Amino acid sequence: MTNKPFLEVKNLNVAFPTEDGLVKASSDISFSVARGETLAVVGESGSGKSVTSLAVMGLHNRKSAQISGQAFLNLESGPVDVISAEDEVVRKLRGKAMSMIFQDPMSALHPYYSIGNQLIEAWSLYNEGSKEDGRKRAIEMLDLVGIPAADKRVDEYPHQFSGGMRQRVMIAMALINNPSLLIADEPTTALDVTVQSQILQLIRDMQKEFNMALILITHDLGVVAEVADRVNVMYAGKIVESGTADDIYYRPDHPYAIGLLNSIPRVDQLEDKRLVAIPGQPPSLIHLPQGCSFRARCEFADRVPGNLCATTTPTLDQKGDGHFSRCHLPESELIKARVEIGGRK
Amino acid sequence: MLKYLARRLSATVVVLTLVSMSVFGIFAVLPMDPAALTCGKACYPAVIEANRHRLGLDVPVHVQYGRFVKGLVVGREFGEGAATIKCPAPAFGYSFNRHECVTTLISEAFPVTFSLAIGAFILWISVGVGLGIVAARRKNQWPDRAATAFVLVGTSLPSFISGILILLFVGLKFNLIDPLSMGRWVPPLEDPVAWFRTFIFPWIVLALLYAATYTRFTRSNVIETSSEDYIRTARAKGLSEKIILQKHTLRAALAPIVTMAGLDFAGLLGGAIITEQIFNLPGLGRLSIRAVLQDYDLPTILATTILAATFVVVANLLVDIAYAYLDPRVRVA
Repeated sequence: MTNKPFLEVKNLNVAFPTEDGLVKASSDISFSVARGETLAVVGESGSGKSVTSLAVMGLHNRKSAQISGQAFLNLESGPVDVISAEDEVVRKLRGKAMSMIFQDPMSALHPYYSIGNQLIEAWSLYNEGSKEDGRKRAIEMLDLVGIPAADKRVDEYPHQFSGGMRQRVMIAMALINNPSLLIADEPTTALDVTVQSQILQLIRDMQKEFNMALILITHDLGVVAEVADRVNVMYAGKIVESGTADDIYYRPDHPYAIGLLNSIPRVDQLEDKRLVAIPGQPPSLIHLPQGCSFRARCEFADRVPGNLCATTTPTLDQKGDGHFSRCHLPESELIKARVEIGGRK
Repeated sequence: MLKYLARRLSATVVVLTLVSMSVFGIFAVLPMDPAALTCGKACYPAVIEANRHRLGLDVPVHVQYGRFVKGLVVGREFGEGAATIKCPAPAFGYSFNRHECVTTLISEAFPVTFSLAIGAFILWISVGVGLGIVAARRKNQWPDRAATAFVLVGTSLPSFISGILILLFVGLKFNLIDPLSMGRWVPPLEDPVAWFRTFIFPWIVLALLYAATYTRFTRSNVIETSSEDYIRTARAKGLSEKIILQKHTLRAALAPIVTMAGLDFAGLLGGAIITEQIFNLPGLGRLSIRAVLQDYDLPTILATTILAATFVVVANLLVDIAYAYLDPRVRVA
């Protein structure tokens, strides 16, 4: 992807003040996505995946969240930093320049309004035209996302749809104004396995259809391998590794990424072995340890000379072309580590 | 929907029949003799028996109930000959103490109670819901704290305290109430100003009590709804905060309040006993309390009880219909 990125996030920090202290939900996040490109963001719950994307969408309450850094949308009219822009400016980008779909389609649609009503509402925000025009467009979109008998179902209510169908409706609603960026926050997590792949396929088709930049937030590393151009692995609010899907899958650099890959059950290794888990828990985002956040769970920390992991926070360093990792481990030790873990499967 | 309505309506009729039967049954086993109560100072057994016959109390209970129901439909006559008393339909009976058909008593008292209830209702809904929304939007800021203080005062002050305080220290102190005209029913169409002056303080007293509850309920509902996923969706669409509040949050947050409001209003229509008593308003509450405490006026008690039950049952029905209209998920069920 050589074209200019549509979204450029630079040194984004999001923190929430609480009675117990400042929760540093995501810190020092930088990445970019171009139109037509798919960026996958992986990491366990609480690693800051959603918090980051909600910040880009301007969906955090500015009173309860401390946000710093920049996130530029490169619009035709010029770049806009959605972090520093006025609320009203960002609001008018939502649904038009950038859209978002959420994890649980069962609760993401308003139960009291018909599907059509909710779609037309989204459409008429950015389009002149009668309700009839909006309705036509709504039916067109429902048809596009694969809702059968869209012209009839447009008048039905969310509770009359199944989970997968509701997610399709959400996608139709997010795309009705032809956005340049779609953020899909675990769009398949709440769905049946059989429906998951359909929805994922739909999102990919739509990405092609609308030539969108896509940020796919997910737990599912299988999904990532299938669809992602680039992958950000997040841990404790930071990007710990970033690279192409091939980089992450074949040349993982960060012990956390290695551990994640290692914990996936594989069909080609059906011996009766227990799944490998990463021991321990992620650290509290209020009291992040000094040095590397992953140190306590990392089995290679003692191979780093000079106790560096305990004293110095690693920086996101370039390891290859477009491949970055936040780890002190020297290259020679890393190769050994990959082999060791690989051999244990 | 029609089927649902028919089912609900017939259930309503059944409930009301059961209520009237129970009240009738209770009165039948009470250790008091309504016929003896109708008798003045110079009372002879013969007079009591004559009155008993006149009131239709000399037949078995189920026959009495049958006559009662018939009276509701076609009207009823008590006694014979020159002393016949006619009560037109719907006849709830004859109050011997008041020398009036019960229906007449009720039709005189009801407009008073209705005026009291409707005014208080409008006041408490606007204050309670309005304050609740403001408190929710300004959570943990001074408007929220002020609303919380109001809720605390409103819920902890019983109406017989707040009523007397307002009556003494506002109404009478500043000459806003004419003590002599208190308790006189003025129809609003005849003299709107006098009507308003009669009711403004009772409204405030009643509304204070309810508004506090509604403030709290609205506040928590709006806050809860605001954190729903579909509100986040609405925001992600790019809707303005105003539309999100008006169309998305309030629609869902206020639907349960419709239920509460309908039932509370119906409950009030049965008579606001304490408030009516304090402000000397001749409404259903006062009618009931006098019938119970002074006169042992069974026909009147029977009538006010059934009436109060009817209001509640009918309100239940209306609320359910309204809810089906508000929440599409209820419609199919």
